[in-house]
Formats: sequence, C-alpha cells, structure tokens
Amino acid sequence: MEVRPEGLYCVPADAFVDPHRPVARAIVTHGHADHARSGHGTVFATPETLSIMRTRYAEAAVAGGVALAYHQKVEIADGVTLWLAPAGHILGSAQAVLDYGGSRIVISGDYKRHSDPTCTPFEVVPTDVFVTEATFALPVFTHPPIAHEIDKLLRSVRTLPDRCHLIGVYALGKCQRLMLALREAGYEETLYVHGALVKLTQLYEELGHDFGRWEQVADLAQGERDALRGKIVLCPPSALADRWSRRLPEPLPVMASGWMQIRARVRQRRAELALIVSDHADWNDLIRTAVETGASDVWITHGRVEALEHALKQRGIRAKALNLIGRDEEDAQ
Amino acid sequence: MRRFAQLLDDIYFTNSTRAKEKILATYLAETPDPDRGWALAAIAGTLKFDLFKRNLTKTLITERMDEELFALSYDYVGELSETVALAWPVNTPADTLPALSEIISSFQRKGKTEIQAYLAELLDMMTPPERWALLKLGTRGLRIGMSARSVKRTLANVKGVDLPVIEELWHGLEPPYETLFAWIEGRAEMPDISQALVFSPVMLAHPIDEDSELARISGETHVAEWKWDGIRIQISANSSGARLFSRTGDDISHSFPDLIEAVDFDAVIDGELLVKVDGAIGAFNDLQQRLNKKKPSKALMAELPAHVIVYDILRLGENDPRALPLTERRDVLQAFMSDVVLERFSLSDFLEFETSDDLRALREQAASTGSLIEGLMIKDKSSPYVAGRPKHHWYKWKRDPMLLDAVLMYAQRGHGKRSSYFSDYTFGLWGPEDQLLPIGKAYFGFTDEELKQLDRWIRAHKLQRFGPVQEVEKELVFEVAFDGAQESKRHKSGYALRFPRISRIRWDKPAEEADRIEALAALVSA
Ligand SMILES: [Zn+2]
Repeated sequence: MEVRPEGLYCVPADAFVDPHRPVARAIVTHGHADHARSGHGTVFATPETLSIMRTRYAEAAVAGGVALAYHQKVEIADGVTLWLAPAGHILGSAQAVLDYGGSRIVISGDYKRHSDPTCTPFEVVPTDVFVTEATFALPVFTHPPIAHEIDKLLRSVRTLPDRCHLIGVYALGKCQRLMLALREAGYEETLYVHGALVKLTQLYEELGHDFGRWEQVADLAQGERDALRGKIVLCPPSALADRWSRRLPEPLPVMASGWMQIRARVRQRRAELALIVSDHADWNDLIRTAVETGASDVWITHGRVEALEHALKQRGIRAKALNLIGRDEEDAQ
Repeated sequence: MRRFAQLLDDIYFTNSTRAKEKILATYLAETPDPDRGWALAAIAGTLKFDLFKRNLTKTLITERMDEELFALSYDYVGELSETVALAWPVNTPADTLPALSEIISSFQRKGKTEIQAYLAELLDMMTPPERWALLKLGTRGLRIGMSARSVKRTLANVKGVDLPVIEELWHGLEPPYETLFAWIEGRAEMPDISQALVFSPVMLAHPIDEDSELARISGETHVAEWKWDGIRIQISANSSGARLFSRTGDDISHSFPDLIEAVDFDAVIDGELLVKVDGAIGAFNDLQQRLNKKKPSKALMAELPAHVIVYDILRLGENDPRALPLTERRDVLQAFMSDVVLERFSLSDFLEFETSDDLRALREQAASTGSLIEGLMIKDKSSPYVAGRPKHHWYKWKRDPMLLDAVLMYAQRGHGKRSSYFSDYTFGLWGPEDQLLPIGKAYFGFTDEELKQLDRWIRAHKLQRFGPVQEVEKELVFEVAFDGAQESKRHKSGYALRFPRISRIRWDKPAEEADRIEALAALVSA
C-alpha cells in the first residue's frame, strides 16, 4: 500500500481506495462525497453505493461500475482477491478486504458499531493489517444509544409544542437513520424535509426502507406553514441558520451529529438542542474493533490520529498514521 | 442535582435572553427551598466558597486516565471541566442523585480527604452533563450565558416589581435566599436589610480617548488623582462590624483582619487597597502576598500592613451622599477622614493641574514610579456616584506600556479553537553569558492572520520537543508590551512581567539585536 496524492493506493491490485481525484481503477467504500468522487474509470463498490453515486452524480459517473454484493469475491489483479464486508456506516457502506499472497488487509472506510436499521451491521473480519478511520478518536467521545437522543428530542417537542423543531442532518445516511429511529420510537406524525434531502430519501425507499408519511416543506402552501408548529422538520446543517429556516414558525434549531458532544461545537452551530448521533465509531469502539480484528498492524487514515495511535501501541499493536490528505474532519460525514 | 444540571443545559443552549429568563422562572416555581436558592446563587455568581479546588478535578482524572490521552483530550476540548466530564471513565448513571443542597452541605461538612472521595463518588454516578454541572458549580466557574442582572430581572418579573427593588435587596441577602422567596410568593414581608453590611455596586471609569476627550479636560471642570496599582475595594461598616469587598462584591475581609480591626466608623467608603513596606506604599507584588493568604500570619501582617487610599464615600451614618456632585462628596469625605486611623487610611490627593498638557506631564511622572502608580484618574467635578460605567464622568488614563524586544524561545498549542495552532509563546532576553533567559509568556496581541504566519514560522523552525512545549530556533523577535515587572525568584531570569502581550512581530530584526536583561533591570528600578 502507498499513500499517493490521489489517495490510498494498493500496488498489487493497481487500484485506489476512496481516491479523491479521478483514477483508472477505484474501490469505493461508501457513497459519502469525501469517499465517492465522480470521474473514475472502473469503480468497485456495493450495488447500493453505485446507486447512491448515480443519484448524486450523473449516470455516466459510474459507467464503469462493478457491483459487488457483500462477500462476493473478485480477482481484481493477478493473485489479488477483493471482497466487501459490511461497515455499518450508511446504506451500502463496506470494508474493502484484499487477500494477496496469503496475507490480508482490510480497509474499513468509515464505520460504526452502534445499531442502525438503515444498513447491514458491521462485521469483524480477521486480518493482518487493519486500516481504520479515527474521526472520533478521543476518550471524550462516547456515543449514547440513539434511542436516548430521540427521547431527548421528543421530550422537547412535547414541552415546546409551539416550536417547529428543525433538525440539521447530513443528506445521506443521518437523515434516513433519524427518520427510522423516530418511527421506532413510536412517532407517527408526518415528517417534513428540506428539498435537498428528497432524492436520497426516495432512493432509500426504492431500496426497501419505509419511513412512513413524509412531505417536502416546499410542497406546503404558504398558508399551511403554520401547521409545522410542534412538528419535526429535517434539513441540511447549512439550512439551520439561513433564510430558508425563517419561513418556519418559531424554528428551534437542533443539530444531530457526533460533534454535538462538545459544547463549543453546539454553540458554533447556534443549535438549541444537541443530539449526539454519529455514524462513526466512538472511542471505545475504535479500540475494541482494532483489537477484535486481530491485526498486528493498524494504519490510521484520518481524524484524531495521535490518540488512537497511542492507545493501540499501549495494547501491543503496531499503529501508524497514514496522514491522508483531502479528508477534512469537520466535514466528515 | 439532576434537575439543576438540566436547568443549566437548558439555559446554556438557549439563545435568547428572554427565553433563558422564562426557563429560570419555571425552575424557581417548580423547585423547593433551599435547592432553588443555591441554583440561583450558582447562576448569579454569589456563592461564597468553592466546594473543592479546581486542582482536585485534575488530580482525580490523572489518577484514572492515561496522561497523554488526557492531554490530547484537553487540547481538543479546550476546557478542563468539560474534558473531565466527558472522559471520566465510569459511566453508570445512578437512578437518583442527592439534592443540590445536600451536595453543597456535604462538601462543606467534609474534611479535605473526604472531599476527594465524595467528589469521585458523585462523578461516578452522573452523566456527562451532570458531571459538567457539578464541576462548574464546585469551582464557581459557571458560565452559561446568563448575567447576574438577567437573574435579578427574572426575579423582578416573577414578583412584578421594578428591577432596582430587587437590586437593592440583593446585596443584603445571602444564598439560599429563603426570605427572598417567601416575600416573592407573598408568604412574608419584604426582607429587612437595613442592618446588613452590604456591598453597593461601584462606579467605574472609561479609558480616556486621547484624541477626542482629552482636550475638553481642564482644572476648572475636572480633578485628577493617581491611579494606584492595588485593588479596588469597598468597606461597609456600622456598629455591628465591618466588611471588606472586592470590586465585584466578593467578601475578602478574612484576608485583611488587620484592616477590619482598624475600622471604627459607620460608613461605606470606596478606595484602593495596598500594603505598606517599611512605612511606604508597596508595589502590587507586595500586595499579592497578602491577597494569596486566606489566613495571614501575625508576622506577615506586621511586615506588610494593609492600607487604603480612600477616594469616595457612599454612606456616612444615615446620610447617602451618592447623588451629590463629586466636589460636595469630597467635603463629606474630608470630614469623615478626620476621624480615622491614619496609619491605615489616607485620602487620595487631588493633583494640581490646569491644562491637558499638565496632565500629560503628570502621566509621565507616574511612569517613573516603577509599577507603583498605573496612571491617572480624571473625574468630572459635577459627577454623582453612579453604579456601573456611566459615560463622561470618570476617566482612566494609563501610562504607556513598557516595551522590550525579546526573542521567541518556545511555543505551545492553544486550547479549543486555537488547538491546531502554536499560539502560546515564551520569549526571553539575552543574559550575561549571551544565553537567552525566559522572561514571560503571551497568548495575545496578534491578529488571526499573524497567528497563522507565526504558526507556519514555528513549524519551519522546530528544534526539540518537551511534552507539549516546542522549542524553536532563536531567530524571531517580538516587541513585547507589559504594564510592569517585579523581581521574582521563581523565574530563571529573576523577573516576572505584568500583563505581557505581543505588541509587534519584528520579522525584520536580527535576534542578536534584541534587548538584554539589563534593560529590564533598568525599567524595574526606575
Ligand atoms: Zn462517511
């Protein structure tokens, strides 16, 4: 493996994993924009990830797509077998498993261990080398169960029935996970969404998920907007404070993200309610997972690499930082 | 305690002041005494004691957590209590927590070693936001975006009275404010504070604008006084006793029993607290030794006796002269001064001047007193005594800061927003053997753009690393501004700077041309 300007490169496979510049052969772990760029030649990915890329970019962006179901093996170069294992991050997210000359490397992409009905749960794949993210790799990050955070939200909706609860979520994954979690908590009201969240939510529905009744805010007539008091509206984080939100009746800005554990981050967003909902592994899960894979070597791609490196070394694992560029932690999705 | 932690979070995350006040009012209506009174005190900042020392928090976490992981976490979060609240290794919240008042009284009852165990026990049974609330409460560091004024306004609205009614009462009452709530709820008469030794909010000065305001000042309309480098205090006394307050209303009587003992009057006075050294007024450094002592020894009080330079009077017997013009209050003050112990109290002199040029000369004179006098106070003769910082009444005119060219030696990452930059700088002057001697540290005085430039420069000029401290090549010169310097045994250079900041980055200046330690010695002895 090599770190090149385009991204992480696997020499015997002649392929990049999640390259951030167009390359001839790419393995894409999942559909988030910082991992799945357009313009590659051949793209190895799960069928769901390819569908997401098709929805986000043009059809032509993934003309060279090779769909690999989880556990389906393909020899992508002489003696190099590739297969994908579930990563539990978002719909279709995968770890890339490369077997070559009797040894194995697993590139986990982004992953989490907390429950998420929108995607297949993370699977531990025994390996020699484990490549991990470190987005939330500090002991201060412990993600609570999502049910706890949904409870917090619903309590606020009940206590402040005049306020329209406006939740900032990423369009891919977080939005749909939250919608399903609300339904699981027994919330039966119509959910309202910002236009930017529509296409991907529809895609999830096509792929078999049921979010109950939901509507686009823009479809409501001017006069009907007041009906949004006491209701839940989902929007991209950037829309929380922009002009769009002023059309809503007394909006209460809520932000759902793993960063919301840190008070200063909540204030930065001017959120009045913080839901700690993360699609990444928290501190304990990052360490637990690295240990469970049995890897002798762990390479850390992005995030708070120093702390994870330190903690893994203490456990007798050879850990090193890859210093991948192009992953801005603040935007990590 | 659980309800209190939730109150803090609700207020903290709410943006509008109005909504915050509504949340507080709801809490006060729903919560029994004495919990609500303690909560009120915590938010308004009127708690009189720490439940435990800030250091204890640090001790507890270092016993429980890898040092490097803690350092990285702290760097990232940027705030000790929050870091500890989040990284605390036990996460098994109890079904119920003790009441807020029970926690406060337990801490007060317990001895030093018991406190440590009790704090750890509480932290074990809490959620992260509850831990944060406890740590902030315990060290009186609550900042949840609600001012004491807003707290008082909440009370005024609940009772349906004007804000000044609450403000007058406020300083005469103490947590947990049970008599106050009894009155608010109509169960009792308004609390009587006439005999209480209360703190009256003080009058403050604006920095003078040399371009627009100075020209209007003359000896006809204004008086000038030295601005001593001590601390601003207020003494409130009657036949029942005396109390010494800091500018913010903290009772600091316990540190100055020698002064309290010398009080034999029925008045409220405003002045500057200093100490005497061999019969003459001492520097701030000398006063510092008294400020640090909760219970000063007889020997220390004999060596550094407390002294007050009095500038104003807020009450004399039954008489409240605050509405009178300054010159008439001065007459009252002079009459008062004829009766006090002269070793302990002296009257602030009115300096002779006619024009603003005379003031300029006086300010020069202040600069030549080492760090004894900080500059001038200039007051309008007609000004009444008004709490707060009213415009155009009182001005302060600090003397120019002292400047030295020092060489950057070490850099350290900042906290929070600045955690990705080297933003704390240690700098030094050339010593007798041509080695650099560190004289101080500064974290501000530069723009964000300069911060980025400095960060880049430091990354390109790294030498050794000592934990979080990065040594750099001794090539970059800072012009450092500071308000004074004292001899200090704790510093290798022998000096400590007061309020150092970077005034300019001298990219152009070769390090060899930076100042030598003798230059600082000369400034101090001046
Ligand atoms: Zn992702």
